[in-house]
Amino acid sequence: MTMNNLTIEGARRWIETAATLIEQNSTLLTELDTAIGDGDHGSNMARGFGAVRKKLETANATDVGAVFKLAGMTLISTVGGAAGPLYGGFFLAMAKASAGKTTLAQVDLEQAVAGGLADIKRRGKAEVGDKTMVDALTPAVEALQSPTATDLGAASRAAADAARKGAEGTTPLQARKGRASYLGERSIGHQDPGATSCWLLLEALALATADC
Amino acid sequence: MKKLINAAENVVREALLGMQAAHEDRIRVSLDPAYIVRKDSPQPGKVGLVSGGGSGHEPMHGGYVGRGMLDAACPGQIFTSPTPDQIFEASKAVSGGAGVLHVVKNYTGDVMNFDLAAEMLREEGIAVESVLVDDDVAVENSLYTAGRRGVGLTVIMEKLLGAAAEKGAALAELKQLGESIRGSGRSMGMALTPCTVPQAGKPSFTLADDEMELGIGIHGEPGRRRVKLAAADEIASMLMDPVLRDLPFVHGDEVLLFVNGMGGTPLIELYVLYRRAAEIAGEQGLKVVRNLVGSYITSLEMAGCSITLLKMNERLIDLWDAPVDTPALRN
Repeated sequence: MTMNNLTIEGARRWIETAATLIEQNSTLLTELDTAIGDGDHGSNMARGFGAVRKKLETANATDVGAVFKLAGMTLISTVGGAAGPLYGGFFLAMAKASAGKTTLAQVDLEQAVAGGLADIKRRGKAEVGDKTMVDALTPAVEALQSPTATDLGAASRAAADAARKGAEGTTPLQARKGRASYLGERSIGHQDPGATSCWLLLEALALATADC
Repeated sequence: MKKLINAAENVVREALLGMQAAHEDRIRVSLDPAYIVRKDSPQPGKVGLVSGGGSGHEPMHGGYVGRGMLDAACPGQIFTSPTPDQIFEASKAVSGGAGVLHVVKNYTGDVMNFDLAAEMLREEGIAVESVLVDDDVAVENSLYTAGRRGVGLTVIMEKLLGAAAEKGAALAELKQLGESIRGSGRSMGMALTPCTVPQAGKPSFTLADDEMELGIGIHGEPGRRRVKLAAADEIASMLMDPVLRDLPFVHGDEVLLFVNGMGGTPLIELYVLYRRAAEIAGEQGLKVVRNLVGSYITSLEMAGCSITLLKMNERLIDLWDAPVDTPALRN
């Protein structure tokens, strides 16, 4: 049995699961970032999502948008680097799309995540193929929009799998945005850490909406 | 990893507390959000000069807070840009009614966080301008990258703008001065050894005993090319040539020559390098009218150096010589 709507509780569970997944994979993210960046993506993301989880414990969110807004504001002020504004902006854009709603139907979630992706592309000036978060998030949004996904849980699972493929697909690419771009051709052969944390975020959505 | 620390996650905070204890005559430290301001902030009628960036580049930026240089510095985590709330609060704390100028090194994260902070400040009615520093000639193809990085020129920029702000320059004038400095300075760096971010626990890259990394930035990121280790004189050429060619600097130019240590290179070696760099400048017909030698913008314990050249004029010389009184730069 999977979910048809993302409730306030479901949104909370998504973010808590994301915090857990990012914590568990913090070393992986840092290793990926050490290869082509500056080796801090794991610790920055773990610190940021840990702070969000802590704030959610005491927050009294009355709509899904409020959960996302709290996440966005907290990430902006705790993550730092480029990931802070990018992930923070992603959640703030989702908050805008889901303000006042106590549940998100599949189509609402699609639109919210697509709005988040648009914010990341605007802020980061990145397109598909630049070896960034966009490479994981774009196929995930496409999967969420796919008519074959029959309910929210199935759509989220498809999105997570697409994000994983997208993240893995960054390995042969040469980075054109962010700090990895300074490496030129030497960025080829490494999976992008930002795309990888994006996949973890979508994986958390799939887990949080799988069984209830 | 062998480091003079207590716990990796406390390094930035404990260093800030140390700076406060050591320099309380000149600066004031806020821990949450983290920033350093001049003790006599805000200065009424003076433009507030604010910079910031990841920690790990000490003495930049916190060491340059004081009379004649920065009004505020916002330290992020190590090699991680500061967050908008830090920049917002620091800017407010030094806003004396004449606006605030942000000096931003061109890194994706720094630019985004300073942009967000500037949006927040404008909503509060504070005038904000920013000057980007992107002097690193090692980034060859700016079209396919995030653009050139801000490196050595940042220190010089902060000194010169700080002097101009102290003399009462208005926000628009400072912005214009910053842009002209940006257009007249170039840098390039190299590493003999990598550095280790405390929370990563391992070096950011590895170099064999007979290798060096050319064209590094200041975040322990690998550079553009790995080459065989060379003698100091050859290294001076490898750094000076692309810098000279890029602007280009031409016969008769008066320049400031800045040889900077990356954190793990002793001053004696920097002077060995400076000797040859100054000779090369002379051979090209440049006149070195001012200089700076030492570790002023670093990458933790990385061994290596960078060279910065800035085309000078009478006004810049005057600003360079103006009084400065900060924890790390005084005259």
